[in-house]
Amino acid sequence: MILYQSCYYKAFTMSLSTADVQKVARLARLAMNNTEIEAARTQLSGIFELIEEMQAVDTSGIEPMSHAQDLSQRLREDRVTETDQRELFQSIAPQVEAGLYLVPQVIE
Amino acid sequence: MLNYSLTQLGAALRAKKISSVELTQLYLDRIAAHNPVLNAYLTVDAKTSLTQAAAADALLAQGRALPLTGIPIAQKDIFCAKGWRTTCGSKMLSDFIAPYDAHVVEQFNKAGAINLGKTNMDEFAMGSSNETSYFGPVKNPWNHNAVPGGSSGGAASAVAARLCAAATGTDTGGSIRQPAALCGITGIKPTYGTVSRYGMIAFASSLDQAGPMAKSAEDCALMLNVMAGFDERDSTSLLREKEDYTRDLNRPLQGLRIGLPREFFAEGLSNDVAGRVQDAIAEYKKLGAVVIDISLPNSNLAVPVYYVLAPAEASSNLSRFDGVRYGYRAPEYTDLADMYEKSRAQGFGEEVKRRIMIGTYVLSHGYYDAYYLQAQKIRRLIAQDFTDAFKQCDVIMGPTSPSTAFNLGDKGDDPVQMYLSDIYTIAVNLAGLPGMSIPCGFGDPGANGPAMPAGLQIIGNYFDEARMLNAAHQYQLATDWHSKQPNGI
Repeated sequence: MILYQSCYYKAFTMSLSTADVQKVARLARLAMNNTEIEAARTQLSGIFELIEEMQAVDTSGIEPMSHAQDLSQRLREDRVTETDQRELFQSIAPQVEAGLYLVPQVIE
Repeated sequence: MLNYSLTQLGAALRAKKISSVELTQLYLDRIAAHNPVLNAYLTVDAKTSLTQAAAADALLAQGRALPLTGIPIAQKDIFCAKGWRTTCGSKMLSDFIAPYDAHVVEQFNKAGAINLGKTNMDEFAMGSSNETSYFGPVKNPWNHNAVPGGSSGGAASAVAARLCAAATGTDTGGSIRQPAALCGITGIKPTYGTVSRYGMIAFASSLDQAGPMAKSAEDCALMLNVMAGFDERDSTSLLREKEDYTRDLNRPLQGLRIGLPREFFAEGLSNDVAGRVQDAIAEYKKLGAVVIDISLPNSNLAVPVYYVLAPAEASSNLSRFDGVRYGYRAPEYTDLADMYEKSRAQGFGEEVKRRIMIGTYVLSHGYYDAYYLQAQKIRRLIAQDFTDAFKQCDVIMGPTSPSTAFNLGDKGDDPVQMYLSDIYTIAVNLAGLPGMSIPCGFGDPGANGPAMPAGLQIIGNYFDEARMLNAAHQYQLATDWHSKQPNGI
């Protein structure tokens, strides 16, 4: 519970640093140069000011609502429903060869 | 004929006053004339549309026509349509030819409707002005300096300019209702789970819902009859009996209890929109409705909560765009990570990248509880406010948007100002409720522009679309705001 509180405190008082934005860009797999990082830092800080309004609300004992419906997922029989459309799907891929998607070499 | 309702168009087609090929050609000619200015359509394929129309004419000749057979409609470019370029307003998908049909597209094909083309939209449906489209902004047909709203801005502009008989849209935080309001048309976002999301490019999956945009509530009801229905390919599609959304249109409104949330009429609402909404409420009283003062105490938190949850879901959904299986790939890169990072940086626009960054941040280690979990808890409080309110009233009414259409470029530099234009619509998505917007008059003329349309928002309880459409239709029988059209079209 103490951990939880300190977490709020951190969120409440922090404005984003350049390093934070760089880390997020890397996690999001978005290449950004220094100018773009700085611009993003300013705009994201403004947006987080708006979002911080949430922190003042007491939500103890409230169950999180993850979805618009409080229903459990449907289950179905485990059987093949898709037909083989490999050629069609690969016809719109950036680079394919012999039925394989081509990417830069990963393993030496 | 451009102002015919869908029912009237269907009757004209069945009576052979016009063929579907002729009607489709009429709209294609109008698109050719007006789209260079409005930019409402991204893709038009006359040959395919006319082939569909010829098939519809055959069905009509055989007496096998359904209510929408032969009627030309426009599809938002977020719906995959087999063989059609489907861009979602993004460079990332600028060459993407959809290999299959979305459920919504399939439903219209089965109904014999004609696909006139794919409408412009904010990139990946992220925007409230259509200015984030990679393919340039859409113009509002009432004033070409003004935005049409977003993200379904192309659909709203096309319906208002009579470049289609009706259109489809999607609504994650107001993307059907706000452009409908700003362009003076009618649009409805149904209860979450009513329309299948299969083949609809995902933005925020727990909020996204498709719905119709048209000239009237009656037309929306007919469109929704086609769009709604169970589809096992969407795990959140609701297994319910098929409804006829036109069934209650002609019910009198005597005794209808309208809740007016005091938070929707507070600071931030422009005087002219407030005035038009009050005029509409006065009209409803004349029609026999009673007005009840209600409160949605957590509604001020809807925007902050939305800008945690929607970007969080978007950052996850948009991780599929990696330049490997489909979509844009950067021309030059050094290794796999570099290929991902450059393809995404070059393929996505500024607003999309901003939201991916917000989402990535709020889901990252150390912030999840403070942002994502807290937002989900407040989401429940917001939904509970509506549940409490609907114990006292049948529908909730208020403004759709805090102002009439603003000018292109006016909010371009400030994302927060743009986000606040959805202040009255977002809570409805968070709760999963149905919401609609109908035209209710015009705001004050601007310094350099004409008076622009204002929208009345109608929010219903879960699965109460027929009652909302009834309330909207009765208002449209008593007033003529919905039949006004822009000059020069």
